[in-house]
Amino acid sequence: MRADGPRLATWLLLGPALLWLVLLIVLPHVDMLLVSLRLRAGFGQYQTSAVHYLAFFTEPLYWRTFMRTAVMSILATFLTLVIAFPVAWYIAKMVRGRVRSLLFLACLVPFWVSELVRTYGWMILLRETGVVSGFLQWSGLASGPVEMLYNDVAVMVGLVYASMLFMVVPLVTTLDSLDDSLIEAAYDLGGNAWSVLREIVIPFAMPGIVSGCIVVFMLSLGNYLTPVLLGGKDSMWFTEQIFTQFIVRFNWEQGAAFGVLLLVLSSLIVWLGLKLTRQSFTEVMR
Amino acid sequence: MSSPSVPIDLQCERLCKAFGSHQAVCDVTFEIPRGSFFSILGPSGCGKTTLLRMLAGFLEPDAGDIRIKSRSMLGVPPNKRPLNMVFQHLALFPMMSVGDNIGYGLRRRGVGADEIRRRVADVLERVGLPGAGAKRIEQLSGGQKQRIALARCLVLEPAVLLLDEPLGALDLKLREQMKIELKQLQQTFGTTFVYITHDQSEAMVMSDRVAVMNHGRFEQVGTPQALYDAPLTPFVAGFVGDSNCIDGHLAGGSQGQCIVTAQGLDLAVVLAGASPVRAGDAVEVFVRPESIEVARGVHDMASDNQLIATVETVLFDGANSRIEVCGRTNRLDLLVRLPQTHEFADLRRGDIVSLGWMSGQTQCFAARRREDGGNP
Repeated sequence: MRADGPRLATWLLLGPALLWLVLLIVLPHVDMLLVSLRLRAGFGQYQTSAVHYLAFFTEPLYWRTFMRTAVMSILATFLTLVIAFPVAWYIAKMVRGRVRSLLFLACLVPFWVSELVRTYGWMILLRETGVVSGFLQWSGLASGPVEMLYNDVAVMVGLVYASMLFMVVPLVTTLDSLDDSLIEAAYDLGGNAWSVLREIVIPFAMPGIVSGCIVVFMLSLGNYLTPVLLGGKDSMWFTEQIFTQFIVRFNWEQGAAFGVLLLVLSSLIVWLGLKLTRQSFTEVMR
Repeated sequence: MSSPSVPIDLQCERLCKAFGSHQAVCDVTFEIPRGSFFSILGPSGCGKTTLLRMLAGFLEPDAGDIRIKSRSMLGVPPNKRPLNMVFQHLALFPMMSVGDNIGYGLRRRGVGADEIRRRVADVLERVGLPGAGAKRIEQLSGGQKQRIALARCLVLEPAVLLLDEPLGALDLKLREQMKIELKQLQQTFGTTFVYITHDQSEAMVMSDRVAVMNHGRFEQVGTPQALYDAPLTPFVAGFVGDSNCIDGHLAGGSQGQCIVTAQGLDLAVVLAGASPVRAGDAVEVFVRPESIEVARGVHDMASDNQLIATVETVLFDGANSRIEVCGRTNRLDLLVRLPQTHEFADLRRGDIVSLGWMSGQTQCFAARRREDGGNP
């Protein structure tokens, strides 16, 4: 009884999380896998087939869209890292107390607004009749209305903006735990700014960098609103393909196959990234 | 101060540093001859860390000059100074192996990989950890980390090695052991050490010379023996070693030998310190617990200061046992070292003891101005 007590408590505490995982993550994915593997032979008749997976590899539109999505997401992740690192460094190392909380809040505030509204904000800025275009015409830098929406740059801007917080938070956490005396010791032993960054700061912050990158990459890859709204109908985002299959074409089997492929391929990319940076997943998530 | 044959490795001249209105380091001047062990001893907040950070180059002095081997270090960044530092918490790089930690400075200097390997192995041998190069930092014990931190600096053969209370985090036994080890390492490497500490025992045991620092100034610089036996200021007399501080007034006497009245008792003392004292001035008299002779019962002691007292507390601490006593006819409280002889083995509270000490073992200074005003 006494031995069972703590074990029961553990299960009770884990219960809601497990339930959430099983019902909302595992179950739909198992179902999606099953749906993706069936082929509609006739009305109400199905047979097992991998034809939907084959379609992904044989139809260039599909896998090119996926590759484009992956490359854009990697680029967005990299840009977010490059922009977020100095920001995180400033928050973790340069400021203290109130200013620090305020800066953190400034990073958080955009997330109080729904993603849709935030994306719409970018549209107000960038569209032909938008703020930036108006300013350019007013200042004489442009003679007519300038369309800045519906291109890859606009998508990239939106993605980096939407992911910023998810990179800053893990970076601040790891940089916070970096003892200043390590940096001083490195200087004292003859290091310069660049070598200290390369040999001390980045290796130390690596778990934070990698976990931030995983989150941002996954968020960008699975983002639907930003590419569709800022990129227009030519944005060619892979989630858009899934949406089309499910909703427009009503081809659930094909959509499910894409969903499974998105999961598998993105996991593969993350695994590859971890291998390349010689990080272990357990280390990063600690 | 030093013989002219020994070159001076580190020289500071009228060094000053203020933070806002707080004068952290004030008019500090000293020089350290090559190969010596120099300690800067002071209570926390006395400015010793500020001084150290100026020497290392992390702070620029407001005024004054720092010279290493006669070359001024003003405006020279930390990574260009021929001086290295062992940090308080050692600051070993956790993401590198022991060998990479030690080799870091050599790599920065562009030394070849084979040469680095050879020198790292050599220095590991010399600090007594041969073959530890492949270990990870977290696999090391406290004492081993200590030695690696030293090795990481010593491999660069700096002119001066700064140590910022590196023994602070160790437990007592290990600290005692490391004190001796540090001293031995300093002698085998022959590097000039500048050691910062608030622990007087560390400073006394290891140093050739000690500077006692208070309120941003050097109160006295000298050998440990000189600081202990002939303090120049009341602060040094009170800070270095244990001491009884007796407040009184100068009753009379001429150069050297004087009489001080304290708590209704006349004490024969020797005037020390630079500031002149006249009859009637408030003074502080310092007597070390170990300078006081003790006998049980009422005896005539062969000393020019005598006191019959009652034992208030027996503080047993092995070889360092002491008793707190209070004068029988006055309210003079004293701390007295208890001789480890059979005679005193059963000394209890309330027992009567006779005390005696020679005037030559006292130091009398003009009283410091007190902020707390605790004494009547």
